[in-house]
Amino acid sequence: MPLGLLKYGRGDKYPYEQHADLPGPTQLRDHYDVVIIGGGGHGVATAYYLAKYHGITNVAVLEKAYLGGGNTARNTAVIRSNYLTPEGVRFYSASVKLYENLSNEFDFNIMYSQRGQLTLAHTDATVRAFRQRAEVNKHFRGRTELIDRQAIAELVPCLNLDPAELPVLAGLWHRDGATARHDAVAWGYARGATQRGVELHQLTEVTGIEQSQGRVTGVVTNRGRVNCGCVVQAVAGHSALLADKAGFALPLVAYPLQAMVTLPVKPFLNPLVSSSALHCYVQQTSRGEIVIGGGSDPYPLYQSRASLPLKESLIASAVDLFPFLSEMRLLRQWAGITDMTTDYSPIMGLSPLENYYLDAGWGTWGFKATPICGQTMAQLVASGGQVPDLIAPFALERFDRFQQVNEMGATAASH
Amino acid sequence: MKIMHCPLNGPRNISEFTYGGQVLAMPDPERCSDREWSHYVFYADNTIGVVREWWQHTPSSYWFIAERHNGSDDILRTYDPGELFSAQGDLTEGGASP
Repeated sequence: MPLGLLKYGRGDKYPYEQHADLPGPTQLRDHYDVVIIGGGGHGVATAYYLAKYHGITNVAVLEKAYLGGGNTARNTAVIRSNYLTPEGVRFYSASVKLYENLSNEFDFNIMYSQRGQLTLAHTDATVRAFRQRAEVNKHFRGRTELIDRQAIAELVPCLNLDPAELPVLAGLWHRDGATARHDAVAWGYARGATQRGVELHQLTEVTGIEQSQGRVTGVVTNRGRVNCGCVVQAVAGHSALLADKAGFALPLVAYPLQAMVTLPVKPFLNPLVSSSALHCYVQQTSRGEIVIGGGSDPYPLYQSRASLPLKESLIASAVDLFPFLSEMRLLRQWAGITDMTTDYSPIMGLSPLENYYLDAGWGTWGFKATPICGQTMAQLVASGGQVPDLIAPFALERFDRFQQVNEMGATAASH
Repeated sequence: MKIMHCPLNGPRNISEFTYGGQVLAMPDPERCSDREWSHYVFYADNTIGVVREWWQHTPSSYWFIAERHNGSDDILRTYDPGELFSAQGDLTEGGASP
């Protein structure tokens, strides 16, 4: 950034004008060494690190709609690593570290803003769970601590400490918690990848996976077929549907996840605040909008429609936490389809097909893992299937071994 | 609000019901392999189409079966589990009458 800023200061033209846009659409080639299905954050990050660290540039990212238009655009942009299991904390901390330097690396502002995340405990059981999370986090050099009511009141003066007959007992204060502009993360990775020779094909939907003798040989798209050395699937909510096309099942259930934002107002809320008991989290974006999000819908559905009962319960909880929000007007609302695993951890690594790699099961926690996912998936692909230590616990076969990585307490409704 | 037809209580708000997972044939836990058991526990039909699910009418604790399209959210049919299972508590493949 500093160098770019200097050039901008001394030049007489806006510096990004000529290369801000991505290269235009080209014909699909006959063969790619790597085909990445899904042009969201995870897909383009994988392509970026493949090109940058491993010199693999004969790569196509196939996106059925437009760049970063799926769950990359629908998440609530929370970055944190205060998970429960050592496997989870190690993995997400590596992601937070990468995020911290991402704007510099891209020379493109992702509006990364480290404001800390505060999770509220309303029961003794939650306080005990928070104490455990704080200790696990400290062990992995995360900045997480348990704080009392007075410290919470000082951090967030406008917070109602006695909401809905559920008084706040304590808080888990995670200084590393941050937010960033989610679209910019996808754009930054896509720009970096395409500058290094990766092809991004939007409006290109994969309709079939060709295979012979347990190996993928090519993919069929609505724009013709291509041969490929290997495939990475990174399609979030549609993971199970794509895996079905490849001929195997994944232990995923698709649930809609709903969120909304209010009209923008002056900044009043610095940390990201969430409450596990009220199933709600509230944060103010850099633009001033208040983002309100919460738990998934109560039953599985492949549809990103909104439902009034869930919006009502989310708003009720948000108003319990910040009573003056009742005066605000909603600006927009949306839903995304999340692919949930039973242990609230992702499915990464090898699949039943030899050269087909999985980046799935990202449920409601995918955005915060984007950089480390890209880096580890690129390592996996470049090494021809040697699983990096960091993602080994998230293998698909953990379900057959009954060795799940239980992050339910640290994930559900507290993004 | 969305309405679900409870076989015992008639049409009620969907908020009165609890989802209880898909209706799957349980392999014999004494004889099946670990892999068969893990598939029964963790896997279900997760492609788009009509699925057969357990639902509970929460206030009356009555469990029943619903056939629902998981893409359009249309509830096609709801019925008492007695239609599928011959004996109460027997969820194995042999317990489900055709």
